[in-house]
Amino acid sequence: MIAASAARRRRASAIVSQAWWSASVAALGLTVVILAAIFGFVGVRGAGGLSVKLFTTVTSGIAGGLANAIAGTLLLVAIGLAIAAILGIGTAMWVVEFAPPWAARTVRFTIDVLAGVPSIVVGYFLYVALVEGLGWGFSLIAGALALAILVLPYVERSADVALSGVPRDLREGSVALGARPAVTIFKIDVPYALPGILTGMLVAIGIGLGETAPLIYTAGWSNYMPSLAPIHSPVGYLTYVVWTFISQPFAASHRLAYAAALLLMIFVFVTNLLARSFVEYRLGHHRGR
Amino acid sequence: MLTGAAAFVSSFLIVAMLLGLFVYAYPAIRFNGLGFFTSIVWNIGNQYGSGATVTHNGYSAEPGASFGGLVFIAGTLLTSVLAMIIAVPFSILVALAIVYRLPAKVKPLANAVVELMAGVPSVVYGLWGMVVVVPFIGSVVAPFAHDHLGIIPFLGGATESGNGLLAATIILAIMVATTRDSLQAQSKSIYEASLALGSTTWQAVTRAVLPSVRGGLGASILLSFGRALGETMAVLMICGSAINTLPNTIFSPVNTIAAVIVSQLESALTDASGMAQHSLGELALALFLITLLVNGVARVILRGAPHAGVIG
Repeated sequence: MIAASAARRRRASAIVSQAWWSASVAALGLTVVILAAIFGFVGVRGAGGLSVKLFTTVTSGIAGGLANAIAGTLLLVAIGLAIAAILGIGTAMWVVEFAPPWAARTVRFTIDVLAGVPSIVVGYFLYVALVEGLGWGFSLIAGALALAILVLPYVERSADVALSGVPRDLREGSVALGARPAVTIFKIDVPYALPGILTGMLVAIGIGLGETAPLIYTAGWSNYMPSLAPIHSPVGYLTYVVWTFISQPFAASHRLAYAAALLLMIFVFVTNLLARSFVEYRLGHHRGR
Repeated sequence: MLTGAAAFVSSFLIVAMLLGLFVYAYPAIRFNGLGFFTSIVWNIGNQYGSGATVTHNGYSAEPGASFGGLVFIAGTLLTSVLAMIIAVPFSILVALAIVYRLPAKVKPLANAVVELMAGVPSVVYGLWGMVVVVPFIGSVVAPFAHDHLGIIPFLGGATESGNGLLAATIILAIMVATTRDSLQAQSKSIYEASLALGSTTWQAVTRAVLPSVRGGLGASILLSFGRALGETMAVLMICGSAINTLPNTIFSPVNTIAAVIVSQLESALTDASGMAQHSLGELALALFLITLLVNGVARVILRGAPHAGVIG
C-alpha cells in the first residue's frame, strides 16, 4: 500500500514537473514571438515608407522626409556619447587605479543610483536648469547633455568591469619595469579592456538612439536640418516623429512615423550585432591567453 | 587629478538634480500643500484674468487653479504593480528555460533575443501597443472580461488600457537578464544535491535553487520596478491620459507621473502664474524620490547577494 502510494506520488510530481517546464519553455517561446511580432509589425509598415527622398528631404509639417531627424539623432547621440565617454571612462580609470576603497565604493554607488533615475526626471531637470534657467532654449547641447547623463552609468560600468578584469601581473609587470601610471593605463589597461569599453559604448548608443522623453524637454523639435549652433536652436530626432506623427490623422504622417520606427529598429539591431561581436571577440581573446 | 574629478560628476549630478528640482518645485510644494497627495483635480485655472487669484501659504495661481497629483501618483503605482504582477512570474519562467532547458548551442541565440528586446526603443513599444495591443484589448479582452468576469472587482470595465501589459513587456527583458545572471552565478551543486535527494528537476529549481538566489531575485524585481515607475513614452502613448478621474477597472484610462510631465508641458507653459510648471516640477521630484527609494533598497539587498550583472 505505502509503496504504491509513494510511487503514485512520485509519478504525480514527475507530471507536475514536466508541466511546469513546458510552461517555462512556452513562456520563452512567447517572448520570441513578441519580439518577432514587433519587428514584423514595424518592418512591414515601415518598408512602404522607405525611399531615397526620405533621406534627402526634411520634414515639412506632417509629410516630407526624415533627413533632419536622422541627422539630429546622429548628432545628439554622437555628442552625448563623446561627453559620456570622457566622463565615464575617466571615472572608471580613477575608480580602478587610484581611488581609495571608500571613494571607489561611493562613486560606484552613485553611478548605480544615477542609472536608476527616470529619464523624464533628467529631462525635466535640464529643462528647468538649462532651457529655462540659463535661457539656452531648446538646443543641441541641452539634448546632448541629457543623453550623456542617461548613458553615463552604462559607459562607466562596462569600462569599470573591463578595466578591473585586466590581469594584475600584466599591470604589476608594467609598473615593475618603471612605467609611469599614465603609461600603464594607456599601454596596458586600455588596449586590454578596449573590447569591453567599446561594448559599453555600443549599448550606450542603442539607449541614446531610442530616448524620447528627455529630448522633448531639451532638444525640442525642428523641421530643419540641425544648425550646429550649440544653443537657441532646436533639433529634430527620429523618436519624436514616431511619437507625434502617429497621432496625426493623415496617411502621409503615419508613413513617416513607421519609417522612423523602422530606421530606429535597424540602428538598434546593428549596434546590438556589433556589441555581440565585440563580446565574442573578447571571449576569444581571453580564451586565447 | 582630472579623472578623480570626473568620478564625482555622478554624485554632483544627483545632488544638483535633487536640490534643483526641490528649489524649483518649492512654490508648488507650499501652494499645493497636502492637496498634492489627496486631490484628483489638475486644473491650471482661468488664464483670462477674470476672478480673484487663489493664494495658499503666500503663493498664488490663477483663479480656479488646483494641482492635485493623486491621479498620477496612483496611476504610476497601479501601472507598475500590474506590470510586475505579469512580468515577475513570466520572466522567472523564461530565465529558468534559458538556464536549465536550452541546449548550449541555442543559448546564445536566446540571450541575443533578450538583449535585442531590451534595446527596442520605448517609443516603438508604444507604437506597437497603440496600433496592435490596445485595439485588441479594447475589442476582444475587455468586452470578454466585462461579459464573463464582471463580478470580479476591477475586471468589469470596458474602456481600454494595455498599460500594465506593455510596461510588463518592456521590463521583461531586464528582469529575464538579471534573473538569468543570478541563476548562472549560483553553483550547480545546490541543484544537483536536491536532485540526489530525490526531487524532480522542477522541485530542485523551485525549492532549492530559487530560494538560494532570493537576494539577487529580490534586487532584480526592485530594479525592474524602478524602471517601470519611470517608463514614459510607451505608457504615454496608450494610457488614455486620464485627468481628474481615478481608474476603477484595469481597463480604464489612467495616467502616470512620467506621462503627464510630457503631455502637460504645453498646457503648463500657458499658465501665467507659472504654478503649473512648478507643480510639474513637484511631480518630477516625487517620481525621483520614489525611484530613489526603490533603487536604494534594491542596492542594499544586492550588496549581500551574488552580483547580478551589468544590465539594469
